[in-house]
Amino acid sequence: MSIFLNENTKVIVQGMTGSEGTKHTRRMLASGTKIVGGVTPGKGGQVVDIDGHQLPVFNTVAEAMSATGANASVVFVPPKFAKAAVIDAIDAAMPLVVVITEGIPVHDSASFYAYSLTKGTTRIVGPNCPGLISPGKSNIGIIPADITGAGPIGLVSKSGTLTYQMMYELRDIGFSTAVGIGGDPVIGTTHIDCLRAFQDDPDTQAIVMIGEIGGDAEERAAAFIAEYVTKPVVGYVAGFTAPEGKTMGHAGAIVSGSSGTAQGKKDALEAAGVKVGQTPSETARLLRAILGR
Amino acid sequence: MDLFEYQARDLFEKHGVPVLAAAIATTADEAEAAATKIGGKVVVKAQVKVGGRGKAGGVKLAENPTDAREKAGAILGMDIKGHVVRTVMIAAAAPIESEYYLAILLDRSNRTFLVMASVSGGMDIEEVAHTAPEKLAKIPVSAVDGISAAKAKEIISAANFPADVADQVANVLVKLWEVFQSEDATLVEVNPLVKTKDGKVIALDGKVTLDDNADFRQPDHEALIDQATENPLEAAAKEKGLNYVKLEGEVGIIGNGAGLVMSTLDVVAYAGEKHGGVRPANFLDIGGGASAQVMADGLSIILGDKDVKSVFVNVFGGITACDAVATGIVQALELLGSKATKPIVVRLDGNNVMEGRAILNKAAHPLVQQLDTMDGAADRAAELAAK
Repeated sequence: MSIFLNENTKVIVQGMTGSEGTKHTRRMLASGTKIVGGVTPGKGGQVVDIDGHQLPVFNTVAEAMSATGANASVVFVPPKFAKAAVIDAIDAAMPLVVVITEGIPVHDSASFYAYSLTKGTTRIVGPNCPGLISPGKSNIGIIPADITGAGPIGLVSKSGTLTYQMMYELRDIGFSTAVGIGGDPVIGTTHIDCLRAFQDDPDTQAIVMIGEIGGDAEERAAAFIAEYVTKPVVGYVAGFTAPEGKTMGHAGAIVSGSSGTAQGKKDALEAAGVKVGQTPSETARLLRAILGR
Repeated sequence: MDLFEYQARDLFEKHGVPVLAAAIATTADEAEAAATKIGGKVVVKAQVKVGGRGKAGGVKLAENPTDAREKAGAILGMDIKGHVVRTVMIAAAAPIESEYYLAILLDRSNRTFLVMASVSGGMDIEEVAHTAPEKLAKIPVSAVDGISAAKAKEIISAANFPADVADQVANVLVKLWEVFQSEDATLVEVNPLVKTKDGKVIALDGKVTLDDNADFRQPDHEALIDQATENPLEAAAKEKGLNYVKLEGEVGIIGNGAGLVMSTLDVVAYAGEKHGGVRPANFLDIGGGASAQVMADGLSIILGDKDVKSVFVNVFGGITACDAVATGIVQALELLGSKATKPIVVRLDGNNVMEGRAILNKAAHPLVQQLDTMDGAADRAAELAAK
């Protein structure tokens, strides 16, 4: 099994006709994802050929869903149009919307997140995330599909490249699902959402949780682990050397005063019984020790 | 981006939040002229992006323009917690009866907006939150609904504002929401919001943080950047579209992806403990593309940092395969020519790693050495910086 997606997930690509959208539609198709169409307002009715796949383009997510039976969407549209694209998907009651776009103003993401709560029918992953993958089943987003295969590890991370790095470190074991939840201050799916799903997923035996400076998501996740998660969890936190008040690449990666520090997050995780590695490699070794591999 | 007080004041005025007459000055002459224009008693306030300026002597009451000139002369050039005062704000003085607190901010934990309001303003609000939390009302604000007149009334009642100022404070709240939303702010704070002796409610001091992600639709915000205190390397990097933060150490860092780069800084700092305490010199994320030009731009920024003794290029080949990254490094070094003078430790892993390593081995650039693991490469880069 896997969380949030499986081999039957039918995906539409919002922004498929743009250069990033086309490039990653090709990659997702190559990794076996069932892409069934795209949405670009104003280009509805066209059919795009991507590596021999004839993919219909629709003006709205609702039209795309009724014509294709899609149950997931991935958003590649630029920041300026991202809010409208996500609202369109929420209005269509799309169950899963994965927002890859980086650089969306936080007023827009706070707004579409709040809107999704009022509707209650859409899970948003991201924005500013690499998406999620269940190796060999489905890959929604930009995570390289060839790093590793299916296996018993569940991974949740704020960072894209650290997701890839960790998958690579543990490539001989493999993953049930890896979810990049994104590095923005407001994101639709949190560490806690993923931890809960991994705990409930029979194919996941151990969990890797990667955090970074900013906010208190890791502290909250630690409290959740103590209360709910019985499967082994190892953690890694990036940003011990980040200075106060500086944004480190990700819009959400900022230490404000004494809050949001890496040390505070590490301490909270360790207090919840999570083994936290000092480097990505050490974190991978901790997980190996737990699985005896 | 955090704004200066005077910039916050100007945004307040633009959106109809009541403020006092004010002007800025960068010399004592300008301060005198501003005080003459405003008339009467004025307050001379140091413009620094750090708290505690009052205690440091950065805020002074002046009786008349000559006095304002003297006070400004003393405050300009002052060092407040490492921030040099380059500008003062000259503001009309107001007879204060009561001080309140109002803020609208992004509440990351709850993924919504939040109003904080208190009738105990004027002091450090974190202190109030700590010692008398019942005096600080916290009311969530939906990003969809915002602050209507009705919502403002609800906030005012929750925070127990007195009846005689309720309407005025409600009006300020609605206007502050307009600032918050239309300027793409993540923090709008008024401390203190005052009631004057003649019963007027006025925003006396303000703090605003703007969302850099919204720059594409906020063309006016570019003018608010404080170029005088911007680090020159950071400014140069920004011009090249690079995500760079200058730090205090000796090992220059280039990597792809914000999380991996943050992690690289940490791993270098750990490794540096064994090598005389060397530290990372910067954060630089060249993103997923890592073309030769981007790599060259990144390397030239880092090699332009006189503190840098060695460079660590740490790339995980995901979407961009390692052979493309290796080619980028080789071409970047060709572009830089004799400007490249520091040893460069490269760690490539991931997609097409063998091809990538082979390209660097074949080029055999005298400054470049490769290591297979992130931890090993960090150790080597730290060792080279310590020499």
